Amino acid sequence: MTDRPIARRRWHIAVFLAPALLVYTVVMIVPLFQTLALGLENVRDGATRFVGLDNFRVLFGDPRWSAGFWNAFQNNLVFFAFHMLVQNPIGIALAALLTVPRLRGVALYRTALFLPTILSFVIVGFIWRLLLSPLWGVAPSVLDAVGLRFLFAPWLGQEGSALIAVSLVSVWQFVGIPMILIYAALITIPSEITEAAECDGITGFKQFFKIKLPLILPTIGLVSILTFVANFNAFDIVYVMQGALGGPNGSTDILGTYLYRTFFGFQLQSGDRHMGAAVATAMFLFILVGVSFYLFVIQRRMRRYQM
Amino acid sequence: MQHRILMASTGLAALAFALPAAAQTTLTIESWRSDDIATWQETIIPAFEAAHPDISINFSPTAPTEYNSALGAKLDAGTAGDLIACRPFDASLALFERGQLADLSDLEGMDNFSAVARTAWATDDGSQTFCVPMASVLHGFMYNETAFEELGITPPTTEEEFFAALDTIQEDGTYIPMAMGTLEQWEAATMGYQNIGPAYWRGEEGREALIAGTEKLTDPEWVRPFEALARWRDYLGDGFEAQSYADSQNLFTLGRAAIYPAGSWEIAIFESQADFPIKAFAPPVVEAGGTCYVSDHPDIGMGLNAASPNAEAARTFLAWVASPEFAALYANAAPGFFPLIDQPVELENELAREIVAWRESCEPTIRSTYQILSRGTPNLENETWTASANVVNGTETPQAAAERLQQGLDSWYTPGSAPNAADAAQ
Repeated sequence: MTDRPIARRRWHIAVFLAPALLVYTVVMIVPLFQTLALGLENVRDGATRFVGLDNFRVLFGDPRWSAGFWNAFQNNLVFFAFHMLVQNPIGIALAALLTVPRLRGVALYRTALFLPTILSFVIVGFIWRLLLSPLWGVAPSVLDAVGLRFLFAPWLGQEGSALIAVSLVSVWQFVGIPMILIYAALITIPSEITEAAECDGITGFKQFFKIKLPLILPTIGLVSILTFVANFNAFDIVYVMQGALGGPNGSTDILGTYLYRTFFGFQLQSGDRHMGAAVATAMFLFILVGVSFYLFVIQRRMRRYQM
Repeated sequence: MQHRILMASTGLAALAFALPAAAQTTLTIESWRSDDIATWQETIIPAFEAAHPDISINFSPTAPTEYNSALGAKLDAGTAGDLIACRPFDASLALFERGQLADLSDLEGMDNFSAVARTAWATDDGSQTFCVPMASVLHGFMYNETAFEELGITPPTTEEEFFAALDTIQEDGTYIPMAMGTLEQWEAATMGYQNIGPAYWRGEEGREALIAGTEKLTDPEWVRPFEALARWRDYLGDGFEAQSYADSQNLFTLGRAAIYPAGSWEIAIFESQADFPIKAFAPPVVEAGGTCYVSDHPDIGMGLNAASPNAEAARTFLAWVASPEFAALYANAAPGFFPLIDQPVELENELAREIVAWRESCEPTIRSTYQILSRGTPNLENETWTASANVVNGTETPQAAAERLQQGLDSWYTPGSAPNAADAAQ
């Protein structure tokens, strides 16, 4: 007797979930599994066959493929490291500055710093290529004006500096995201806590590091994981600034551009959708491993404070 | 079911089009040359329709970078146009091998084209042709005539004279000797390696020997172009490593650089932008008195969708495309895209005439990496881009670059047994 009302009550959950679940299944889950399946097939003797994990063996082990793949992976790690070491600390610092009580024009700074985030990659890439251009760029002429022209190099064209330059452009564009998220976390810290700290004589930098930073750690964790996912899916900025080959000499080739060339082909290289799907699956797995590591190892140890 | 709906809707659409003029057949052209819309609408289509009032033509281009994948998807779905603009070599060959392009070997007018002109759209053994060759692009060097006159330089013909001319410009200091950058990598390969290279590997002879496996990329005739390319470094502008293709074009048309390693497709745009006379010289020969070679690269052809319901009308159009009349119309409307036809075509543009004359004075050849050798992984064309840029940048020695390319090629290519193009393009 008591079962029926509960069952009836649960029906509407399914009904309300159904549309979203259906759409999500059709546009996300099914294609995901199709991609996984595609990565397990390849063409043998003119016919498409199931080859198991052979594509992955080739991708990770055959030097013809693995050299490019691991190079892209390594560049991706550097790309990610730059975001973690430059973008996020700057984002936190900016957010901290924005919360300084006596600061004027907070709204203006906030908007200006967040603005690049909503610009298109194509515009950002194009503008920065112009700024850094040795011929018409702002960077060489500004350095020249202060007598430091010798410091200028064609940064985007040199193997040693191209990836750093592209990473920093990406950092410039996206520094608004950690800033705004951490700013949001900082302003939720109750003033009672900071006031109490001030009563104890903890102010300024000390207050930030001892009181505020521990309180916003969960947000920083969230920002890190968002950065990780975005960086390992990145493609546009390299494509716009350095082309699909990730030049010079593959020094800016990241997994996104490698996937693009493999899946869709490039110039005379024909697209190979099976190997492409294998690359996509590998990227998916990297991200999955990274996110799981964060969820199970880091987030569970993170302490949350009642505010 | 889906197929039936598609058939029905296509039928309805066809009916809707057919109603106003019952006897008229409409042919749709798929192309990546969106730059050519005006040329087709204003010149070519009216000329054809005047002669064939029962056939109307609809030119519907896609963006160049999306063309290959869009066309493939349309052909698979059965919605592609009747006429297909053909990319050279493997992209089109793969479509033919999959039965999506019709065999045009017996098309009326096909004998207007030599075997070399047809190479880009013929099977590996040359027995079947599946696209009508429309145009090719030539490589060489364009120069600022005013600059050459000021400095008293005559257009160089040998490698020695070429570098002497560059030295003269360098010493004078008014102009950057040569406008080329390596940021996008392809200029170094296409305008550099493939431009000057044929002089060293003796054009077709070397290219065929490479495919046959009797020559290797590590042989001196294939390494020397890299060595010459490495010498270019001193004559390029400051910061050429980060100079893009558009930058190079601007440097030249603004009159800041004296020499531009060029493709003929740049004629129209350069002449409209530069306010000094532009002339051209052919790629220099290695030693005085030697044969000169020029890269005469087939770039665009026109094929027939094997599933087209209007095959008869389409063949009529293609036969016209194979005629000298079309060749003259197209070559003059798009200067720098030279007809591949065996018969003389009158060109109006002077610079275009100057460049196309190299076909007579030099041995024409096609780009070394385009036929067969870029079917596998690593892709020789892409690798050559990187290698050429590295050599110009000085980050890889010519010898090391050549060895890396040959090693990559050896890893998948066995001379004499070319892999199937359709397999590579799955």
